[in-house]
Amino acid sequence: MSKRTVNLLVPIIAVLLGLLAGAIIMLVSGYNPILGYSALLEGVIGNEYNIGETIRQATPLILAGLAVAFAFKTGLFNIGVEGQLIMGWFAAVWVGIAFDLPAGVHVIVAILAAAVAGALWAAIPGILKAKLRVHEVIVSIMLNYTALYVTNYLIRNVLTDNSDTTERIAETASLRSEFLSSFTDHSRFHWGIIVAILGAIIMWFILEKTKTGYELKAVGFNEEASRYAGMNVSKNIILSMVISGALAGLAGAMEGLGTYEFTSVKSGFTGIGFDGIAVALLGGNTAIGVILAGTLFGALKMGALNMPFEAGVPNELVDIVIALIIFFVASSYVIRVFLERKKRKGAK
Amino acid sequence: MSFVDILHIIIPSMIALAAPLIFTAIGGVFSERTGVVNIGLEGLMVFGAFTSIVFTLTFGDALGGLTPWLAIIAAMVVGMLFSLLHAVASITFRADQTVSGVALNFLAAGLCLFLVKLMYDKGQTDRISVRFNKTDIPILSDIPVIGDIFFSNVYVISYIAILVPFIVWYVLFKTPFGLRIRAVGEHPMAADTMGVNVSKIRYLGVVLSGAFAGIGGAIHAITVTNDFSHSTINGQGFMALAAMIFGKWHPLGALGAALFFGLAQSLSVVGGSLPFFSGIPKVYLDILPYVLTIIALAGFIGRADAPKASGKPYIKGNR
Amino acid sequence: MEYVIEMLDIRKEFPGIVANDNITLQVKKGEIHALLGENGAGKSTLMNVLFGLYQPEKGEIRVNGEKVHISNPNIANDLGIGMVHQHFMLVDPLTVTENIILGKEPTKFGKINLKEASKEVKKISDQYGLSVDPDAKIADISVGMQQRVEILKTLYRGANILIFDEPTAVLTPQEIKELISIMKKLIAEGKSIILITHKLKEIMEVCDRVTVIRKGQGIGTVNVAETNENELASLMVGREVVFKTEKKEGHPKQDVLKIENLVVKDARHVTAVNNLSLNVRAGEIVGIAGVDGNGQSELIEAITGLRKVESGTIRLNDKEITKFTPRKVTESGVAHIPQDRHKHGLVLDYSMSDNIVLQTYYKKPYSNYGVLNQKEIVKKAKKIIEEFDVRTPSESTLARALSGGNQQKAIIGREIDRNPDLLIAAQPTRGLDVGAIEFIHKRLIEQRDQGKAVLLVSFELDEIMNVSDRIAVMYEGQVVAVVNPKETTEQELGLLMAGSKRKEAGEVNNV
Repeated sequence: MSKRTVNLLVPIIAVLLGLLAGAIIMLVSGYNPILGYSALLEGVIGNEYNIGETIRQATPLILAGLAVAFAFKTGLFNIGVEGQLIMGWFAAVWVGIAFDLPAGVHVIVAILAAAVAGALWAAIPGILKAKLRVHEVIVSIMLNYTALYVTNYLIRNVLTDNSDTTERIAETASLRSEFLSSFTDHSRFHWGIIVAILGAIIMWFILEKTKTGYELKAVGFNEEASRYAGMNVSKNIILSMVISGALAGLAGAMEGLGTYEFTSVKSGFTGIGFDGIAVALLGGNTAIGVILAGTLFGALKMGALNMPFEAGVPNELVDIVIALIIFFVASSYVIRVFLERKKRKGAK
Repeated sequence: MSFVDILHIIIPSMIALAAPLIFTAIGGVFSERTGVVNIGLEGLMVFGAFTSIVFTLTFGDALGGLTPWLAIIAAMVVGMLFSLLHAVASITFRADQTVSGVALNFLAAGLCLFLVKLMYDKGQTDRISVRFNKTDIPILSDIPVIGDIFFSNVYVISYIAILVPFIVWYVLFKTPFGLRIRAVGEHPMAADTMGVNVSKIRYLGVVLSGAFAGIGGAIHAITVTNDFSHSTINGQGFMALAAMIFGKWHPLGALGAALFFGLAQSLSVVGGSLPFFSGIPKVYLDILPYVLTIIALAGFIGRADAPKASGKPYIKGNR
Repeated sequence: MEYVIEMLDIRKEFPGIVANDNITLQVKKGEIHALLGENGAGKSTLMNVLFGLYQPEKGEIRVNGEKVHISNPNIANDLGIGMVHQHFMLVDPLTVTENIILGKEPTKFGKINLKEASKEVKKISDQYGLSVDPDAKIADISVGMQQRVEILKTLYRGANILIFDEPTAVLTPQEIKELISIMKKLIAEGKSIILITHKLKEIMEVCDRVTVIRKGQGIGTVNVAETNENELASLMVGREVVFKTEKKEGHPKQDVLKIENLVVKDARHVTAVNNLSLNVRAGEIVGIAGVDGNGQSELIEAITGLRKVESGTIRLNDKEITKFTPRKVTESGVAHIPQDRHKHGLVLDYSMSDNIVLQTYYKKPYSNYGVLNQKEIVKKAKKIIEEFDVRTPSESTLARALSGGNQQKAIIGREIDRNPDLLIAAQPTRGLDVGAIEFIHKRLIEQRDQGKAVLLVSFELDEIMNVSDRIAVMYEGQVVAVVNPKETTEQELGLLMAGSKRKEAGEVNNV
């Protein structure tokens, strides 16, 4: 069993263990796990609408996962994806409402605005870490809450006149497509999935093929050796967070320009940012892994919505399953040891 | 409004809001001093808040005035139980400690809300009717001026919160247990060669953090929000973490920092009614605690040094 | 005959390697018994088994004739076995006393009884002549005192058998003499000592018997009185060992590196390099001798651009490079083999090929318009791997998987291949086996013969004396003497390294 196989098996086993635990929790709480999981499945692929919505759901999750994975690969923990995403969402909708640009151009500018907003928001913990050694985790978490309050305020006082919801963005800025929604029974499936896949390709290219990626990873692995080799450690830490934040901002653009076509005051976090952490972990921090894991999570989240209807199970069960999956992946050492033992027994 | 009147409004609120942070930050100190990073303090507070509210709603009528105190003990136990998950993952399974902590936070949010929906059929619990009573502290509340501001009409639990760091300071710096904790966090291999059981000390540190954070969450729920929903604990655990770092992992430092953050939160809650702040848009007060935390970390600490072995699993045989 | 310790047929395995392969060790009461082997031979592992840090897969341990099972250090302590570690097991922010009592703290009503502790520490300290400052923090005391604290830790717990793991690695020749007299005093007080070392001179000087370990296996036990250094070396390595490297007469030419009045501060803003002047010419090897902590690291960091220079100048081929960034220094023709290869020399999680272009990845042909050219990178990697005999399954193997010696060869290959004018080698053979050491010394001399300037920093006097054309002794941030290796002795160097003036050193006979 090669290292590659083990690396692939670990997330799969973690998911299975998580689902198993979920089933046990359902049983203990008096629900029928088979009913519960079949409701879940129905909610994902039961009809064209569900499939369309699943892809739509997966799109921001993939981008959020890419954001976290990129940071992880370069030695940083970007737990601020949620805040960067909210800022990106706001920026995209603002461009969508406030400007009048030709079709095609408008949506691209809006998407770029989201990326820039996310990048700038992520630059703050990046700079603080690079220059002052402040741990990026706490700063990012504080900025998550700050982003929430600030965007709420701006929505009420700048984008609207004391209303909780903005108007719809211009059609020229939207990612929605008649074409796509027509063959998925009027779901909100939009072009954003292309952005997500492009994002994955770009991440892979930067990290594996460019000089910049070489530096970012080196700094993440061994700062001291990178300094010795003449690399600018500060610049690379900041760049890493900035690229990660840009990806997070794009995730927000997906919601603002595709899923909703507006933004509104939020009473709490969207959860996408935190799910992104799970997606990145499950995907082994690789581009293709994140696409797969993001799709899985999109499916889980989508299916979860069906569970209260068809099986009476609160949709939070899926959150519990996701949390347990993360535990299992993080503790993968144990799964690996188990696999090693099986390998040795097999050899004997 | 005179200065004393302003203090009258701010101080009690500051102390009450700081109490949960103090307990949780102390919990963080125990965990991190043994070398285990505990980002899951937020989740542990959620468990504590949930437990205390459910306990009060269930047993409030039967136990009367004693209920809040028992609820806190229940929260402590539940906090200890769930912190074991983090302990096992981080210490025995050598998981990435930050990731394990984040997973704990997800689990707390998911599980507690799931149970609320399961038990009460809605997304938010009822408000509790049995709470801590505000009292005047004997003797101290009779001191002119100061007595009125600091010691009248306050929660007893808040003052217990202020005393606890002093007790913890004594334990950490004057007892063998504390010495071993500090050794394990700085140089676990040295402690190991002296026959100190590194795993055991780390487990104790994490479980203690679960206990304290559970208490912190319970206090917050009982004294501040009076119910439990997805927004009961929103950032307090992280703020406590920041207080711990701000306080340089020292119990008394954490106390000071927690009081400072309590002040920031207090301003954000009551600031609107103060003459000085009434003209400022509410959003600035809302983000004040969070921005202050960032500024505090950046400005005052700079290169704060965590216990040297913090965040790294201890593996025997690693030279 | 009373054996105080017997380790019989001990087998200890780690994932993928057998560290101790049926080794037998028998120590008599009252003797100093050496455990000799190269780095990685398994000596420390064996002692860690004795000390209870590891559990053996097979084998038996007897203390004073009785079979025992040592499952943790506490049991070892109870049996009277104490270990003085090579890498000190001391907690920096705690005091000397706190470190000594950790794990066996005297208490009074739950509180640590510091008075009682201090009393006990002073008693032992006086009895064995180990002077320490009980209230000082470990971070603030000297290396010599730290070692005494390590020894006190074992005596506080009533150790009768003391294991010393490579104790002289960080000491000056004078401190080594002090340590030897401490050891003799311990024997006089009825203790027994196991000395783990790879230093043949010390064994001949102070030990009664030697057990040799090679690649995890016990080779045999000999009486020191009946053997000599050469024989021990052969046993240790398994073949004839040549001690002196072949070296032709050098013909140094112009100054390549010229340092004048250099002042550099260390991380704690204390002056580490104090008005230092030095030059290295083309075609010569200048060795810097000195005990660790006298400014050598800061000096090298200043030359390579990693540390700010307070005042003074550094010139390379007459061009001033004092304020250059690390990359500019490298591009000016300086190559550097860093002291800590894992921390500074390699990215362990990168492949060998990625590591080989660590200094050059951004230049053509390895990258073009920001995109890496993997073909060129692999080509260069293969070339260096072959030329410098780096044993690796392939160039895409992670650096982490290679042995220290092969990692170092790759680093040296990478640096030499750049054809530098100045090659700085800091501790280039630390932790390497004799074969790798020979190889590296040969390459350094080769560079010198090709007209390069080589600056060698090492804490091993043998290496300095063997390889250098001129020796500069550093003490407290200054060059206190520049001597010809042919005209000096280890003893004189030792005195200079400890701060004595040259004149006095020449006058001293046998201490």
